[in-house]
Order: sequence, then C-alpha cells, then structure tokens
Amino acid sequence: MPGYENISEFVLDAFREIGTIGAGNGATALSQLMNRKIGMTVPAIRVLPFAQVPDVVGGPERLVAGVFTTVKGQAPCNILFMFPMASALVLVGNLTGSRYSENSQIDDIGRSALTEVVNIVTGAYLNSLAGFTNLDFIPSVPALAMDMAGAILNVVLAQIGMAGDHALLMETVFTEIKENVTGHFFLLPEAGSLERIMEAIGVKG
Amino acid sequence: MAKIIKIGMADLKIASPPDTLQTCGLGSCVGICLWDPLTRIGSMAHIMLPNSSQGKMGNAAKFADTAVPMLIVQMTQLGAHKSRIVAKIAGGAQMFSFYSANDIMKIGERNIEAVKLALDQAQIKLLAEDTGGNYGRTIEFCPENCRLFIRTINLGEKYI
Repeated sequence: MPGYENISEFVLDAFREIGTIGAGNGATALSQLMNRKIGMTVPAIRVLPFAQVPDVVGGPERLVAGVFTTVKGQAPCNILFMFPMASALVLVGNLTGSRYSENSQIDDIGRSALTEVVNIVTGAYLNSLAGFTNLDFIPSVPALAMDMAGAILNVVLAQIGMAGDHALLMETVFTEIKENVTGHFFLLPEAGSLERIMEAIGVKG
Repeated sequence: MAKIIKIGMADLKIASPPDTLQTCGLGSCVGICLWDPLTRIGSMAHIMLPNSSQGKMGNAAKFADTAVPMLIVQMTQLGAHKSRIVAKIAGGAQMFSFYSANDIMKIGERNIEAVKLALDQAQIKLLAEDTGGNYGRTIEFCPENCRLFIRTINLGEKYI
C-alpha cells in the first residue's frame, strides 16, 4: 500500500467532496433531532504521523467524550465523534431535558442519549457515502468513552497502525451556534479503503 | 535545568537525570520504562500494537516486540549494561466496551501481554506495573530514582 504522504490533490478534493455531502446529511439529521440550527465546516483532510493526531483535538490530555464506531464492508473505516466535555454536557442536557453542571458526571441515560445522537449522525453520513459509491458500509454499535483525548485516540489509531505510520483523517466540526456546542467528526479510512472509494466513484489517483 | 522530554504515540526516547520522560494520554497503548540503576540512564517507549510480524516493519517504537530490544540497544550505546536494566510499565486500558468484544477491542490486554513477553525474552525484571482498567493515563518517569508518576482523570495520581 502506498503511503498517505503522496496522495494527489485531485483525490483529496474528491474525498473532501464526498465528506461534505456526508457531513451535510449528518448535520441535517442532527438539526432535526435537536430542533436547532446546526452549522458545519467544510471537511479538513489531514495526513499526520500518529504522534501529532491528538493535537488536532487540543492535546492528548484534554478531557473529551468520544464515541467510536468501526465500519466494516468493502471499504472499512473508523469513525470517531469527539466532543469537548463542556459541549457534551450541554448536548446531553438538551437531549434529556435535565441540567448538567460543569463538573457533573454524565449518567447512564445521558451516555445512552449521546451515543444515540452519534449513531444517527453516523448513519446519515454513511447512508450518503453508500449512495454515492454503491459500496456497503456496515457500522458497529457505537461505544462511548469519556477520558483523555490521547487515550481515546490510541484505540482508534491502533486499528490503522498495522499498515503504516500515518493517519489520514477527515474532520468536520459541527456547531450549535446558540449554546456553542461543538463536536468533531473524524473519518479514518483503513488501508486500501480510500483507493476503493475512489475506484467506486471513478476517480483515478 | 531539568527538562521534561515528551514522547508521542509510537515513539521512544532516552534520558539521564535530572531530565524526565513523559507521555500523555495512554489508552490501549503501553508505556514501557527501562532503567539502569548504576548509570541512571532511563528510557521510555509508547507502543501501540503488540506484534510487528503482522504488519510491515518500519517504526520499531510502534510495537512491543521491537520497542524493547530497541530501547536496550540505545541505552547500552550510552553506557548502560543490559544485565542491570529493570522495567516499569503502565497503560493497556480497555477504553471502549463494545457489546461484542472482538479482538481489536482487547488491544490493551494484548499489548500488556506482548510487553511482558518481550521483557521476559530480554531477561529484564519487571519491578512494577499499573495496567488494565478502562481509563487513560499520563505518565512521567524519573531516571534519578526510577519513580514512575501516573496521573488519571477520575482516579487521581500515584507513584509506582
């Protein structure tokens, strides 16, 4: 497998376009669920050595809530939806109708609600990806962890660590403007998956 | 001035007093600290995966089975003696609990096993460990006295 260091600009553009459509669907789903306006950024694509990945989310020790989904099928991927803890508390508060103070722990109902939101957004994202590429994307049940960002990323990066020393990640930031809730959505294709997605949409690197 | 030398994921470094070695946010990864009591040369690796044989070789610091020999080589080049080297390890947590616990989710457990095996094969004594659980750790290793400081978010701080 060729390294991610020398992917062509053209392939990255095509990948970014698919990500934009996927994230748009995700944002719509989130907006309907929460009955709020949700903004999103154009996906940023980065190729980084593993050691630098935690810096994308504010450093390895930052406290975050991360929901992790593995995606099987012809083009296996990993999806990690990460919320800064303050955002997770507001989001869960809105969903469950209860208030969480700054240092409170998220209870089981809150954890379940957060996981479900991610499940819906991820589902919308993957549906669009599947429609576009005609490939099957089969998501696992999402799993939640609230801990240091680096510790959560360890597990995700271990999935792709066998194939190389760099991670290709596509990041979209979702924002609920009124209460300043942000979530970082990361898609990390496994070795060979980017090529398969490009093949499916007829883009040659 | 004592420096804190930072170690990223899939990375390893050597230090002597008064400098210390630190790695932040260990999840399923394992931090391996080796130490020679006579020369007080210390080293730390942050490994991600148990075994290099399944993947393509490259970065030795990424795998348990290649990182341990690499640490020993680099330490002995600086004057440490293999027969004196001892170890402390931390990490190897299971961050996520999926309903169907498949292999990759037990990566932390497999990392711990592989590190212990690699230490055994190199005949290095494991002095102390803080492994497993379901939480992240930040660790700092002090070659002055072989103390390993461990910080967690919900379970406080300790030395081993």
